[in-house]
Amino acid sequence: MAAATFRIWRGDAKGGSFHDYPTEVSEGMVVLDAVHRIQAEHAHDLAVRWNCKAGRCGSCSAEVNGQPRLMCMTRLSDLPLERPVTVEPMRSFPAVKDLVTDVSWNYAVKKRIKPFRPRPPDSPDGTWRMSQADVDRVMEFRKCVECYLCQDVCHVLREHQMHDQFIGPRFLVHVAALEMHPLDVEDRTAELREAHGIGYCNITKCCTKVCPENITITDNAIIPLKERVVDRSYDPFFWLLRLFRRRAKTR
Amino acid sequence: MKDLPVHEQDVLVVGAGGAGLRAAIEASARGAKVALVCKSLLGKAHTVMAEGGIAAALANVDERDNWKVHFADTMRGGQYLNDWRMAELHAKEAPERVRELEAWGALFDRTPDGRILQRNFGGHAYPRLAHVGDRTGLEMIRTLQDHGVHMGIEVFMEHTVLALLKDGDRVVGAVAYERERGRMMVFHARAVVLATGGIGRAYRITSNSWEYTGDGHALAYEAGAELMDMEFVQFHPTGMVWPPSVSGILVTEGVRGEGGVLRNKDGRRFMFDDIPELYKKQTADNEEEGWRYTQGDKGARRPAELLTRDHVARCIVREIKEGRGSPHGGVFLDISWIRERLPHAEEHIKRKLPGMYHQFKQLADIDITKQPMEVGPTTHYMMGGVRVDPDTQMSTVAGLFAAGECGAGLHGANRLGGNSLSDLIVFGKRAGEHAAMFASDHAVGHIPSDQVGAATRRALAPFDRAASTTGGEAPYATQQQLQDMMQDLVGIVRREAEMVRALDGILQLRERAERVAVRGNREYNNGWHTALDLGSLLTVAEAITRSALHRKESRGAHYRDDFPSKDAALGRINTVVRKTRDGRMEVATRPVPKTRPDLEQIIAEMK
Repeated sequence: MAAATFRIWRGDAKGGSFHDYPTEVSEGMVVLDAVHRIQAEHAHDLAVRWNCKAGRCGSCSAEVNGQPRLMCMTRLSDLPLERPVTVEPMRSFPAVKDLVTDVSWNYAVKKRIKPFRPRPPDSPDGTWRMSQADVDRVMEFRKCVECYLCQDVCHVLREHQMHDQFIGPRFLVHVAALEMHPLDVEDRTAELREAHGIGYCNITKCCTKVCPENITITDNAIIPLKERVVDRSYDPFFWLLRLFRRRAKTR
Repeated sequence: MKDLPVHEQDVLVVGAGGAGLRAAIEASARGAKVALVCKSLLGKAHTVMAEGGIAAALANVDERDNWKVHFADTMRGGQYLNDWRMAELHAKEAPERVRELEAWGALFDRTPDGRILQRNFGGHAYPRLAHVGDRTGLEMIRTLQDHGVHMGIEVFMEHTVLALLKDGDRVVGAVAYERERGRMMVFHARAVVLATGGIGRAYRITSNSWEYTGDGHALAYEAGAELMDMEFVQFHPTGMVWPPSVSGILVTEGVRGEGGVLRNKDGRRFMFDDIPELYKKQTADNEEEGWRYTQGDKGARRPAELLTRDHVARCIVREIKEGRGSPHGGVFLDISWIRERLPHAEEHIKRKLPGMYHQFKQLADIDITKQPMEVGPTTHYMMGGVRVDPDTQMSTVAGLFAAGECGAGLHGANRLGGNSLSDLIVFGKRAGEHAAMFASDHAVGHIPSDQVGAATRRALAPFDRAASTTGGEAPYATQQQLQDMMQDLVGIVRREAEMVRALDGILQLRERAERVAVRGNREYNNGWHTALDLGSLLTVAEAITRSALHRKESRGAHYRDDFPSKDAALGRINTVVRKTRDGRMEVATRPVPKTRPDLEQIIAEMK
């Protein structure tokens, strides 16, 4: 067994600092294993969120050597162990304690997005018919494990703190999954433009780079949604339609 | 108690996996005010790990399928210890529950004519599992979560229930703490639904996450409910074995459903060497026929790899024990061989098993399209749980309901793959429905302040001990010792003497647990949480061991080296445990309910 040092951020909403923990490492270990070992041996009250330990639940998000990662899927063999491995919480969310952050904002955002609304069933027995190709189109978005690493790196949220005006990449993916759902008939373009703030995304693709599920967030979800919004907003037909509606309302 | 906040509800649901969410949705739809309490964040429960699919006799792929076949398969899989009524309701209602998920936005893989596609799985006569790749559980939980959040259900994330509260004979609420600040609170409810899942953390090698400490089992037991079939712990035959840090992580049965084969180090498909009598008629006797079955040939019988999980797990243990295992103490599971049979096999595997491809590539440097995997048994599922009424899911205590893995009855001595996700939505819905009805039929109960005080004092004791002594037991080490002991002494193959030792060990660990000390404060203190979970783990470990000692035969998932055959008389009883007045765990038996004659006939016809 080799040894390695983990430089873990410990603290809470009031502040904190890095602490060094040396520990033994063995073949195949991931960062979460090391954190657990440190917790069991040195720091019983070290706070960390985790569940499945297989990259499927998206609980153990953190920043490892400055990179947003799922700790359970980050192998120590891929990290330079000759210097300390830094492990810190996601920085775009308020600190709760140690590696745990307050992600409740994400749950509040999701509630604001118009839910799924299907077309009437295709068959008298109340079921629908869909082709595999139509299902495959949104499958990519539905793989999302809600780890919020994309929210963590999005500079609209991280640097500009525009949480009240922009829903972030995770929820643009969610809207894309709904909008492109083969059965969904709801229209979310007005909200996308206004309340969801899709215009703030300037396609730097940072979110795509960190997605542990390899969802092509920017190209496959956000850009097509932006196109939808543009089509709706600047299409002369819809422009006239809106104009008439507005007139009718003011009357 | 005066200073504790009190949340007033009609229905309190504990646990937010498939069963808890479905129960909360149903109770809410029926007008009840619902609180949903879960130990983790919403959407992270172990349901996300379910890979294979949801068993439901939709008959989209094979028109010969119907609820009767599903019923008979479930009973056979459970070695007839199942509650027949639950198996009937489950088989009849699962298709409707699956279609309902689709109406709420779930997307499943499709048949060529656009209906829900179904795949093969162990113990199911026909392709029956509605699925989406190998991430069906995520699809289910996300669908329920996204549907539920728009229904006005109040969700308390990262909250843990410490004790149920009783007014006389009836459950009237619970005491809980929240992880973030460590504050205590009271839930005052007219009905409580337990949907806390499994007990995998009682063992060292498990596919379960930290949450699965048998909380619902222990809460119900402490409240006076009966736990049934606790000797039946399912060891999934295929968990990862290498590298050590990932040992236990599940490898879906879907790999075998798609044509994956099990081989020992000599390259032999050992599953064909031992096919149980009960399954001889439905199992292929040659590799060629088995392959045709996995490719949808309706005339072919299933390959031996798709026998029930208990049997496959034992065959793997035998191969390993007799020196024919793989280098890291497992056996080989190979899907890459289908290259010999299918064009574009690599893409096919990645499309059908994307999660598995990803998991092995990232965690073990194995490309499953080119190399075999190494697998071995892992503690996966608890067939036993709270004994409930089959129609209403109410336990033997008034106002207390249980659904999903923490309930008992549907699966008998062994659960079929795919029957868990369907169990969650069928009985989750029923529990929610009947809890809401119970709530509207009953006035609010009185919250007993002495019970609240006792629960909070007990929960805070580890801090008091840390303050008054310098030593004290460490929570993690105590938990680990229990896991090692259960793994070694009450595992896949059991013996009287070993289990007696385990029981003795559990009682000693219980004393040690009373001395566990926790340092630090109450804010998100994982050490404290581990100390509190220890109580539940010890209760379920004792229940498993006592029940396993009591059943002197081998049946389904319960295998005893000293009683290797079935005993017909024991096939007519279920084991139950309950707490006596003086606080001991008492083992008793209940006759297996007599199957209704028309269902008896279905079983006979399909034997």
